[in-house]
Amino acid sequence: MPKPAAVVGTDAVAEAMRQVQPDVVAAYPITPQTAIVETFSQMVANGEVHTEMINVESEHSAMSACIGAAGGGARVMTATSSQGLALMWELLYIASGLRLPIVMPNVNRALSAPINIHCDHSDSMGARDSGWIQLYSENAQEAYENTIQAMRISEHQDVLLPTMVNLDGFIISHSTERVDFYEDEKVRNFVGEYKPHYSLLDPENPVSMGNFDSLGGFYFELKRAQEEALENSFPIIEKVGEEFGKEFGTHYGLIESHYLEDAQVALVALGSAAGTAKFVVNKMREQGHPVGLLKLRVFRPFPAETLRKTLAHIPVIGVMDRSLTFAGSQGGPVFNEMRSVFYELDNRPRIESIVYGLGGRDLGPELIEGHLHELLQGRYTEGVKYLGLREGENK
Amino acid sequence: MKKWDIKDINSWGWRDHPLGGTIPESGNAATYPTGGWRSQRPVRDDEACNDCLICFIFCPEIAISAEEDKIGEINLYHCKGCGICARECPRKAIEMVDEVEAQSKERGEN
Repeated sequence: MPKPAAVVGTDAVAEAMRQVQPDVVAAYPITPQTAIVETFSQMVANGEVHTEMINVESEHSAMSACIGAAGGGARVMTATSSQGLALMWELLYIASGLRLPIVMPNVNRALSAPINIHCDHSDSMGARDSGWIQLYSENAQEAYENTIQAMRISEHQDVLLPTMVNLDGFIISHSTERVDFYEDEKVRNFVGEYKPHYSLLDPENPVSMGNFDSLGGFYFELKRAQEEALENSFPIIEKVGEEFGKEFGTHYGLIESHYLEDAQVALVALGSAAGTAKFVVNKMREQGHPVGLLKLRVFRPFPAETLRKTLAHIPVIGVMDRSLTFAGSQGGPVFNEMRSVFYELDNRPRIESIVYGLGGRDLGPELIEGHLHELLQGRYTEGVKYLGLREGENK
Repeated sequence: MKKWDIKDINSWGWRDHPLGGTIPESGNAATYPTGGWRSQRPVRDDEACNDCLICFIFCPEIAISAEEDKIGEINLYHCKGCGICARECPRKAIEMVDEVEAQSKERGEN
């Protein structure tokens, strides 16, 4: 039986890490991820988990140590946020390029400047092209369950790529929620044993990793193979999500569809905003308004085919971004990719870019509800809709 | 140890390479020529050399061999011409000479 507890999101993630029991965790504390590392290192100190905890001097070193350990054939995890993720940048590409199945919860926080510790997706969205799988969590329960599933997805022989499990800073990481924890043994059996494809510590089969690839080498071929692995992860993510459902009760897919069949206006959101939007959609449905929601659980790989199938019949789609693509009023990254999904269709939905919540600006249900009413009435925004921005008097 | 057959590697497609560009074989740096990087060539005066083996110990490329307390040849296939051997030799028995000149001498030019 699952054991319910009232915990903050960071504790839910640390508990998932304890249950997965990676061989190595190398991490550096950064707000709002700190509590994950603190809680987990306490578990290590108490002997509740048998993991080699490496305390490093920066996130650059954290990911470097993770890469070394994973190259040695270990099951490896770390966790970070914001500036920490930014400092890991060059190593993110090395982890994915070397095809090392590292799992990293990332507690979404705004990138400086101005320095801001609150929820914003500019950190993970900036890393969207680094070859990592990206899962987004709506609440603490999902953060816990995504962390468990991430290990299986990453380590699947058809994938072998690192996975970033995103959860919203403070909104999820520091809010107390009910989380149902599963039994240690069940989780461990679900995650299974890890057999590395290559290991630097296998003297019977010596290998060399991270080799120099000169002009006339095979960089191009290896990147193509990496793209294929990401493509291969679609059915694996779905299969792991299904099996998770069979074992623990909650089924996971690439997306979650909410009242989309007959919707005239739909929102697309990821992270905790999807929860708020769901609440609003439920309320408006009770009042008879044809609104719906698509929650994007997987942003990398980008499930274009699934999105096209699920959303093509809806006349108006508002795509919500908690970060900007600084390209000159082009909206956010989710919007840009979403718009490309429908380009080849003859009858394309109208896609609106909604940017909200930067630097932790609160996204209350009233904001979403008000905007859905505008969209229902055909009052569209030219360019980008900045939801919750103080426009001021001077225009 | 398995040998890795890369005879046709230039015609391999993107599906054919080992995961992440990993090389599934050990010791194959020996087949990789690094001597072409050299602009200075070490030349040893065998009369002055007393087989102290200091150059053998210091050579970062393992380009100098030693057997039974005797210094061996300087392997120009791997020697990058760093000059560490010449600097460390206590008897100044190794001289660094210009590589281009050394090569023209070998070809019998002046």
